[in-house]
Amino acid sequence: MSRPIRTVALVGNPNAGKSALFNALTGARQKIANYPGVTVERKAGRMALSNGEPVELVDLPGSYSLDPSSPDEAVTRDVILGDQEGQRRPDALVIVVDAANLEQHLVFAQELIALDLPVVVALNMVDLAKRDGLVLDAKALGEALGVPVVETVAVRRRGLDALTDALQRAVNEKHQAPFFAADLDMTERRVSAHAIAQRALVSETRTRRMHRGLDKVLLHPWIGPVILFALLFVVFQAVFAWATPFADGLEAGVGFVSERVAAILPDGLIRDAITEGVLAGVGSVVVFLPQIVILFFFILLMEATGYMARAAFLMDRMMAGVGLSGRSFIPLLSSFACAIPGIMATRSISDPKDRLTTILIAPLMTCSARLPVYAVIIAAFIPARSVGPGIGLQGLVLFALYVAGIVGAMVVALILRRSVAKGAASGFIMELPRYQWPRLSDIALGLWQRAWIFLRRAGTIIFAATVVLWLLLSFPQAEPGESQVDASIAGHIADGLYVVVEPIGFNRDIALALIPAMAAREVAVSSLATTYAVDSGDEEETAMALTDRLSSRWSLPTALAFLAWFVFAPQCLSTIAVAKRETNGWKWPVFMLAYLFALAYIFAGITYWLAVAAGL
Amino acid sequence: MTNGFETRNETLAERPLGSVSRIVAVDWDTLAPEEARRLRALGIDDGATVKLAHRGIFAGRDPLAVEIGRMTIAVRRVHAEAIRVEAVADAGAKLAIGADAAA
Repeated sequence: MSRPIRTVALVGNPNAGKSALFNALTGARQKIANYPGVTVERKAGRMALSNGEPVELVDLPGSYSLDPSSPDEAVTRDVILGDQEGQRRPDALVIVVDAANLEQHLVFAQELIALDLPVVVALNMVDLAKRDGLVLDAKALGEALGVPVVETVAVRRRGLDALTDALQRAVNEKHQAPFFAADLDMTERRVSAHAIAQRALVSETRTRRMHRGLDKVLLHPWIGPVILFALLFVVFQAVFAWATPFADGLEAGVGFVSERVAAILPDGLIRDAITEGVLAGVGSVVVFLPQIVILFFFILLMEATGYMARAAFLMDRMMAGVGLSGRSFIPLLSSFACAIPGIMATRSISDPKDRLTTILIAPLMTCSARLPVYAVIIAAFIPARSVGPGIGLQGLVLFALYVAGIVGAMVVALILRRSVAKGAASGFIMELPRYQWPRLSDIALGLWQRAWIFLRRAGTIIFAATVVLWLLLSFPQAEPGESQVDASIAGHIADGLYVVVEPIGFNRDIALALIPAMAAREVAVSSLATTYAVDSGDEEETAMALTDRLSSRWSLPTALAFLAWFVFAPQCLSTIAVAKRETNGWKWPVFMLAYLFALAYIFAGITYWLAVAAGL
Repeated sequence: MTNGFETRNETLAERPLGSVSRIVAVDWDTLAPEEARRLRALGIDDGATVKLAHRGIFAGRDPLAVEIGRMTIAVRRVHAEAIRVEAVADAGAKLAIGADAAA
């Protein structure tokens, strides 16, 4: 006999440790996709019950009740009730509750138990509760709830066998009708949550909780923001400094492969296509993997420790100044890595105008795809001087570019909230989770998933774009005495674009690079590499670093204008596509494209002419 | 009914930092429905005991961090202004029902 694989949903309040439990149960066998029609991320993975039966485990967004107050929570409700398109109703639920917040988490847990599905409750983070002086009796809790309760410490992999065992019995044995009526209101549930929590409580000693002491410092009105900005500055310095040896290593690796290929293959078009097109193009993008990994490492660390919510708290006042809230801070910070997860993270913002504004300004946060562009231009034009202890001029310029994006975003938000996204002042209600020591393997798994997404982009979009560009650049073949770039198809397209961008100081090579950069910003670098590799006749010049090439061909005002362009330009089709999906139509993505291109053009122009006037 | 000396109703926003208060009433009508729902889900309701733990930076000292039960939540000043409270001795922040059951 065979039947479709059964589905179990992992559900609970935010900060109950659901994701850690999901990672512990499924390991690296995860599939991340979207629910059809909505853009809430669907995380699913395989796990085996104690009898070996495989089941699909679905991690649902954290919720406080089945009465949703955000698009995220609506998905949780729809999946559990079987109303979500593209998702079978789960056969059983694992309800995750935080042992240290038992009373609050039992409110939602009762609502879930009342649905009459097979259920197991994971009493999670019992170790942290113990640290806080709270001793609980899982058995007594199980009797009070009428469902099996298993103690777990997801981050330490404790209690997992007992959980899969209890789940196996829950799905295969006849289960009893729930203790709880489905029609209780919030107050009644809270009364009963209190009573149940009291029954499960063995002892409670009032200890000084660690997070209070930390919060005293990290949320301090003056010290807190200083620490936050110092931390962000360190992150950006680290992105530039720590990544260098790894990037150099990767570059050397690509160079080695390129040499080997050149040695093995005979002279001709195919060899050129591989070394000058594919390896030069993809290679120049892959070298930025270390920087992206380092940036994501810090973001994941801030999320896992619970600091991210504190950062949102500290930033709320500033965000309120432009009509947003601290909640927008997290999507915007994620946008520093990539605007796509950033825009998707706006789903936790309940106010629609607030959310729309955050989506529209997310592309202004300097995403990791801009880093390759910035890095190359900075390395070529900004001297590697020290301007103070531990502060390099290059790092400072990079920091200034990030700040330019942030300031631009704030000004745009201010204008949008007074015009197209006018609405009531948005609120800010958010739980500040307890501080937690992160589990390195969870961080590593997150990093691996991000790095893989980047490499896949490098292997598909960027690969295709560089190959197409190389073809456009190589055909038709130049007559003797004529430059290959001028003769090529790409050269003719760039001639047209050049007329438009010439007033802002761009040369024809830049016009050429802007075309494929629409697929992904970082392609600008690889296409410049391809352009200059193709234009040179001899091997030696091809081997010359792209940075040397740039500094000898571009003027400083042109380079600065190019940087200013990339602070604003919406050079990423994937972002536009995500914005379309998130806003349900073409209106806002088109608006986004238009305003960003306008800003990019204006600011690149201003930068160029100011630099020229200053005699740079 | 109350402690005898505390008859004046303050709002949570007016209470000093570190003080513990019991919620007497919440003006739900002044809040957006989603915000009211979220506050209720976090345990903000009549009878709950809350501690004002932190205030934000700059003028207005916005937002506020409030301890309720074993949770710390961030709210804006406007929310705190809708929450009317009375002072209680620091017996630890309790959820709504703890206070009700004791009364």
